[in-house]
Amino acid sequence: MLTTLLILWPLVGAAILLALDARFAKPWALTVSLIELVLTIVTVAQFQPDATTQFVVNYPWVASLGINFYVGIDGISMLLVILTTVLTPLIILSSFKNSYEKHISFYSLILFMEMALVGVFVALDGFLFYIFWEMALIPIYFICLRWGGVNRGAVTLKFFIYTLAGSLVMLVGLIYLYYQTPGEHSFAVEALYAAGQNLPASTQSLIFWAMFLAFAIKMPVFPFHTWQPDTYHTSPTQGTMLLSGIMLKMGIFGVIRWLLPVVPQGVNEWASTAIILSVIGIVYASCLAIVQKDLKRLIAYSSIAHVGLIAAGLFTLNKIGMQGAMIQMISHGIVVVGLWYIIDIIFSRTTTQEIASLGGIRNSAPIFTTVFVVIMLGSVALPLTSGFVGEFLLINSVFQFNNIIGAVAGLTMILGAVYMLRSFQQTMLGEANVRTQNFIDLGLNEKLVLYPIVVMVILIGVYPAPLLKISEAAVNNLHQILTNYQALSQ
Amino acid sequence: MNAVYILSGLGIFSLLAEIFSFRKILFPIVLLGLLATAGLLVMDWNTGTSHFSNMLTFDNYAIAFSAGIAVIAFLWFLMSRDYFENNTHVTDHFALVLFSLVGAVFMVSYSNLAMLFLGIEILSISLYIMAGSKMTDLFSNEASFKYFLMGSFATGFLLFGIALVYGVTGSFDLGKINQVITAGSTEFSALLYAGVLLMMVGLAFKISAVPFHFWAPDVYEGSPTVVTAFMSTIVKIAAFAGFFRLFATCFASVSGEWVNVVQVIAVLTLVVSNITAVYQNSVKRMLAFSSIAHAGYLLITLVALNEISASAILYYVLAYAAASLAAFAVLHNVAFENENASAESFNGLSKRNPFHAFAMTVALLSLAGIPPLAGFFAKYYIFTVAFESGYVGIVLLAVVTSLIGIYYYFRIIIAMYLKAPETTTPVAVTTMHNVMLVICLLSTIILGLFPDMIIKLI
Repeated sequence: MLTTLLILWPLVGAAILLALDARFAKPWALTVSLIELVLTIVTVAQFQPDATTQFVVNYPWVASLGINFYVGIDGISMLLVILTTVLTPLIILSSFKNSYEKHISFYSLILFMEMALVGVFVALDGFLFYIFWEMALIPIYFICLRWGGVNRGAVTLKFFIYTLAGSLVMLVGLIYLYYQTPGEHSFAVEALYAAGQNLPASTQSLIFWAMFLAFAIKMPVFPFHTWQPDTYHTSPTQGTMLLSGIMLKMGIFGVIRWLLPVVPQGVNEWASTAIILSVIGIVYASCLAIVQKDLKRLIAYSSIAHVGLIAAGLFTLNKIGMQGAMIQMISHGIVVVGLWYIIDIIFSRTTTQEIASLGGIRNSAPIFTTVFVVIMLGSVALPLTSGFVGEFLLINSVFQFNNIIGAVAGLTMILGAVYMLRSFQQTMLGEANVRTQNFIDLGLNEKLVLYPIVVMVILIGVYPAPLLKISEAAVNNLHQILTNYQALSQ
Repeated sequence: MNAVYILSGLGIFSLLAEIFSFRKILFPIVLLGLLATAGLLVMDWNTGTSHFSNMLTFDNYAIAFSAGIAVIAFLWFLMSRDYFENNTHVTDHFALVLFSLVGAVFMVSYSNLAMLFLGIEILSISLYIMAGSKMTDLFSNEASFKYFLMGSFATGFLLFGIALVYGVTGSFDLGKINQVITAGSTEFSALLYAGVLLMMVGLAFKISAVPFHFWAPDVYEGSPTVVTAFMSTIVKIAAFAGFFRLFATCFASVSGEWVNVVQVIAVLTLVVSNITAVYQNSVKRMLAFSSIAHAGYLLITLVALNEISASAILYYVLAYAAASLAAFAVLHNVAFENENASAESFNGLSKRNPFHAFAMTVALLSLAGIPPLAGFFAKYYIFTVAFESGYVGIVLLAVVTSLIGIYYYFRIIIAMYLKAPETTTPVAVTTMHNVMLVICLLSTIILGLFPDMIIKLI
């Protein structure tokens, strides 16, 4: 029941919001997302950290086509639901200073988005997963289209068509799997696993690519990333936060739940290709990040690099890689939302996000500088910050896979330090100029968003055990499925 | 069967309305009549009775489609009230529409080829007049004339086909034709196949499938918007249901012989219409091509002919009609004076009339096939039908053309939300239009969320 409530509550909240007076829109949206957070906390409190799927709800939906409203939460879903529901209030809060026109629609779209995201993470029916997957695309498209920046029409259309192309191919793959399910056809996750694992190797490879394409575009993995920098750059800050903070985790989650265990043979065949693509992406995006002149674009490219590492770690198919991917998803989500907000604050006070025309902010805004330092260190994965735990595990797993590739993937830490520290130095340190000399330090509202982020970055870095504990059993289980399969097929 | 009586009765009744001058109450009476028609049809459910020495059979297939047509006609009347009010011969137009509905019901319930022909003619003749109902407009005249010429041409093919099939099988009755064909004697097959192909060409004209579609864009563009809406929903449904009924009951056993032709037509329709739609400036013309494109998706069910094809068609046409009617209603209001509005006239609609912009968005998203709207499930269901019979290639093609579809549908969405309006005057709308739009939107969403309601029917 809790699972259904988690999905439906944001939708109900969004519907009520549409009927409210414009004055109450902001507080109500925040209230809804906080109640959702409370629901999540209740769920976490009842959650047993073992390999089982809990809070299962299973109703027939389109019975004649084997489609069920089948949802449930295991350790992997739990972490992502936590991420979604923790970040959404922060994202809503971060927009309180902006005055978007028609902000009722803006906030209801964010809540609608939250519904779809939670749905994606808890769905255990392939068709239902696809529906939520696509439903998440609609609100973010309209958020970017209506409140975005220059040239948003063309940029968002490219984004939409690009991602939809991937999803439709995935849909074809899912339908194919559906027809391979034994007995009465069904979209239930277990049936799809059984169907996929019994396919011959060549077919598994085809299905692998059909599904991988959708996930690779969403993450995005090189060379399917071309929509991403423009879209991140053009979107309003909250849109970018949703996109990179939560939505790209849909892609990684998709790989974990709907790719690795579905076609293990296909994964075996193509995992090294996926790793190489991801590692190319890491280096390529990091190099591009170094030469960016615009802060938003810089973070956009750094996001590609970070995701590339997560994907690489995941496809090594060893346990530490998967566990690292889980923790890094959380860490990246938190850190990147913080970074986007910092850029938003800089832009709103200086009307520029170009690195060259900033500088000397530290002189007038010490608190802001400190917050920036912590979040930036989280991003460059300094030990004792959240980024370190995940990246360490991930790089470790890639090293186990292959020393040379591991070494190349490790570059992400060095290159990351180069572009982050350099951009920090040029924006915050040095002489203040006309734009930055009257930089006002953080207000209450901004502190409310950034302080929790800072706390989480440090807390996860120092004591990641509780988070690791939630997903550990589920990840072990997944790993077990894969190794069992390999043992059988040899 | 009662449906046919009521619809014909309503038609005669509206002809009399001019003489006895009760024009004012005609509109509500027609609306009630249509609801009654739908209701009576539903009461006949599962009876499967035949009438007029087995000329019409109201099996569940026929009832489902006829009731669908009645409901869609109801919505269409809500949308087109001002069309009737602005015309001089109000009652004639009521009668024309109602008689064409009778034709549509014939086309989905015939069990004799003569009735198919009669149905098509009753439907088409009314439409030829309706297409030209803007008498002073050159394009409307062109539309009417073109439609008439092409329509009669197509009917010629159909008749020739019917004649050949009759020559081979010695019957007009669908059941008997089926028996003869299934019994199978190959010696006269060439003649039979010629007949089948000619009928196919005739019907492909009616559903405006490529390469028999050349009349459609001009006719759709020239006709008044409400008539275009009528043609692209009700006429299309009737024609496709008739097409499918013929081939699924009579010629299913020899499907191997004609399926390749349908496949070529389907592929051409999908590719040509979607690509051409991208280049259209006039929104109405774009919707015309989009309607051709949807015929292409529907044809996939005929290619992959199996036991769920019929319900896939039913669901698809209902989903399509709900979205399409909403889109035409918005177009009608936005482009009130200028019938051939370009995408630019939708600029900034979100400011001029937010509800209309929202309705148009939902309609276009549904037409483009985005979950959780009905249009998505309709496409999905068609994909399943194709998969069930092993046509994976055509599904992949349909996926690509759906992506092209996004491009032209979204152009209007972008115009509505992104561009600055040319004028700031709000778009005036009647309550009736709003009610109609709400019904269309709700059915688009509800059908999408609970598809079982429809797909379990037949």
